[in-house]
Amino acid sequence: MNWMRSLMLPMAGSVHAREMDNFYIFLVLLTTFFFVLVAGLTVWSVVRYRRRPGVITPHITDNMGLELTWSVIPLLILMGVFFWGVRGFLGATVAPGNSLEITVTAKQWVWSFEYPDGTRTVNEVHVPVGKPVRFVMGSQDVLHSFFVPTMRVKQDVVPGRYTDVWFTPDVEGLHRVACAEYCGKGHSDMAAKIYVDSQEKYQHWLEEGGDEWKSISPVAFGKLLYESKGCSTCHTVDGSRMAGGGPSWKGVFGRMEMMSDHKQYLADENYIRESILNPQAKIVMGYEPIMPTYQGLLRDRELNALIAYIKSLRN
Amino acid sequence: MAAVAHVPAQAHAQTNYLNAQKGVWSWMTTVDHKRIGIMYLSLISTSFFLGGIFALLIRLSLLNPKHMVFGKVIFDAETYNRIFTLHGVVMVFLFIIPSIPAALGNFVLPLMLGAKDVAFPRLNLLSLYIYFVGAVFGIAAMVTGGVDTGWTFYTPYSTTTNSQVTLMTMAAFILGFSSIFTGLNFIATIHKLRAPGMGWFQMPLFCWGIYATAIIQVLATPVLGITLVLLMLERSFQIGIFDPRIGGDPVLFQHFFWFYSHPAVYIMILPGMAIISEIIPTFSQKTIFGYRSIAFSSVAIALVGFLVWGHHMFVSGQSPLASVIFSFLTFLVAIPSGIKIFNWLATMWRGNIKLDAPMLYAISFLLLFSIGGLTGIFLGALSVDIHLTDTYFVVAHFHYVMMGGTVIAFIAGLHYWWPKMTGRMYSEKIARVACALTFIGFNVTFMSQFLLGSRGMPRRYYNYLDQFQPLHAFSTYGSWILGAGLGLTAICLLSSLRKAPDAPRNPWGGRTLEWTTQSPPIEHNFDVDPVLTHGPYDYRKPLPVEVEA
Ligand code: HEC
Ligand SMILES: [Cu+2]
Repeated sequence: MNWMRSLMLPMAGSVHAREMDNFYIFLVLLTTFFFVLVAGLTVWSVVRYRRRPGVITPHITDNMGLELTWSVIPLLILMGVFFWGVRGFLGATVAPGNSLEITVTAKQWVWSFEYPDGTRTVNEVHVPVGKPVRFVMGSQDVLHSFFVPTMRVKQDVVPGRYTDVWFTPDVEGLHRVACAEYCGKGHSDMAAKIYVDSQEKYQHWLEEGGDEWKSISPVAFGKLLYESKGCSTCHTVDGSRMAGGGPSWKGVFGRMEMMSDHKQYLADENYIRESILNPQAKIVMGYEPIMPTYQGLLRDRELNALIAYIKSLRN
Repeated sequence: MAAVAHVPAQAHAQTNYLNAQKGVWSWMTTVDHKRIGIMYLSLISTSFFLGGIFALLIRLSLLNPKHMVFGKVIFDAETYNRIFTLHGVVMVFLFIIPSIPAALGNFVLPLMLGAKDVAFPRLNLLSLYIYFVGAVFGIAAMVTGGVDTGWTFYTPYSTTTNSQVTLMTMAAFILGFSSIFTGLNFIATIHKLRAPGMGWFQMPLFCWGIYATAIIQVLATPVLGITLVLLMLERSFQIGIFDPRIGGDPVLFQHFFWFYSHPAVYIMILPGMAIISEIIPTFSQKTIFGYRSIAFSSVAIALVGFLVWGHHMFVSGQSPLASVIFSFLTFLVAIPSGIKIFNWLATMWRGNIKLDAPMLYAISFLLLFSIGGLTGIFLGALSVDIHLTDTYFVVAHFHYVMMGGTVIAFIAGLHYWWPKMTGRMYSEKIARVACALTFIGFNVTFMSQFLLGSRGMPRRYYNYLDQFQPLHAFSTYGSWILGAGLGLTAICLLSSLRKAPDAPRNPWGGRTLEWTTQSPPIEHNFDVDPVLTHGPYDYRKPLPVEVEA
């Protein structure tokens, strides 16, 4: 049956996926049997009883035994299918208590992920092999659906409430997330990558971050972080002021900043660094002290990239 | 079903419902169920054509992942989204739901019952006009920008998008009334206007199917109406029922929507099954096997069908317990459909079978509907549905049921009653070729989509991964064959209209009352009111004749 698996189903990346596949192949065989039965009887009747002149057909109106047989046997089979389906479903409903929990935010048309340690990623997530992961999901706009074909899981992401989905990946490598609930123009491009890493690789990734920074300039990397680390929710880069946010980064670097205690500081590398890691130390005049501290949430490399990006925005 | 009364043959050129009165006005003000049926038929055929064009465009765009046709991008994502939405809306609301009941049912039902007309002829005309108004609203929505929500109008996308959702839901709302009135009319007709001697179990099975359908139309459509009104209110006045930002619940919309739209699936398929239950005995020249179980299974499907809507929502966030219950009920409702298939097979067994076009279509139905039903088992099974829902597997499944089932049955019925409706025999040879093309094209188009879906290709996707390209291309080629088959069908039927009338009263040797009157029938259907002496499908009795010509 392996050829059927590879013909009909994507690679299976978890025990749950392989169990569903067994069930799937069983259903293929079961339904093929019934289809062949129906098609065979049809063709046989059409050929065997094709029109001949003068034939008087028998007047057979019903047959209790026959009708009971073809009602009860399918009913029993379907009840078996029902229970098999429920078993697989309930198994996939409740995540084990020791799962790694990753928060997922869906919005038109990006997936963002947040780890328990505050690491945030966009359209890309790394998980360790062999450990259950649970995604706790919410949407900021319309319905989306978190579909991982290789894990055979799917769950709608609904604005205004949390839904979750989990799996225990056991095949390392790249897996894909697709949005399966229609969400507008970019629906078909709303895709994310799941990297299932070995334990060491995963640890390494957690400490070092991904490799994407190697191929791009620090400024470009800083710009990515500006989006992915959530700075963009409070800071603009075009000089405009975001209501309820912080100062725009445009032109900050290198100017004298007035603090709420009327002291002035030159916004240099050290000032920026402190503003990010310990924002409460100095509060810019005219703003509320609402910026969260990023102490421990940014790697040095990322901090440097952000500073490089802010520097690039000087007047 | 012989209602035999002998009256002298008509000597003069035949008058019939088509030529008894002349002029456009006589059509627009007619209360004759046959003329109304014909007008419905032309309107829904136009809708089918329109929806079919949209379908071909969808497939064309998916031919390759870059949407290139002759070196140009055929259209962008926003246009694509509108086109698949319009395909769905047109096919569901303007075509399939009214197709069999309003067009063929209108024409045939009173004839089969031995009645002069439906119970409320003016209401019948009104429902045609309402359909027309609904269609005008729908077209207005299309030409003023279209709709990009999918035919399901899921909130909160539908409450926030700036496409013509309000106008389109208005159209569906209006069309709903047309459907309700038709249903009411048929219920009353079946209760009150059966010919003397026709008890409930002497009624042709087509009437049972239409009866079960009418019950759903009357009970379920108002729920859709209310839901659509709420959607319009939400869009216009932000009443806070579906949009979570103002305190609403988007999943509630899905419950409301499927509470109608699942039963609507049976509004679509029951009349199809009803047609097949007529054609198979006629072309097998053998009485139907298990009359009562076919009749009761229609009613059972209609009733249990109200309790399974949640199977569209296994991943929506509804409670797991609800999902388990809905899965269970879904498997229950599958049984009556299975029973019908076995009944049809048993009817053909030891029959005397002729493969004329209607029967070829009926056999296509049997095979395609079986595939549609059997793949439904995958989707009813919870753990498998989680993987398959919202993928092309679902698209393929419901096309096998709706197109392979209902549309094929509709075309079967159209060929079956064409001589009765028009007085012309179509070319049997062309009809068979068209049927074969349609059958092959259909399977090429949709079989590949099962594979696309099970391999993880989500539905409503403008762009897709390169790995899916061969199957998508295959499906698109199929759509061309399918289009050719349907086009040939249209040519075959329409070209017969250019001939002089040549259809006998009973070209197929049917045993139901519509075959006893002339083709096409006179305005009041029968020269002499029929009286029944025995049940339908009794092939021990001689051919029914009303008048000896
Ligand atoms: C919740 C809103 C919020 C977020 C998120 C936020 N900031 Fe801030 N930020 C502020 C506010 C308010 C100020 C001004 C008050 C202050 O100095 O703390 C500020 C000040 C700053 C300053 C000093 C600007 C100046 O004009 O002197 C820098 C640099 C800065 N933030 C960087 C960042 C970076 C980098 C990130 C993302 C990693 C970030 N902020 C995320 C709200 C935010
Ligand atoms: Cu349904």
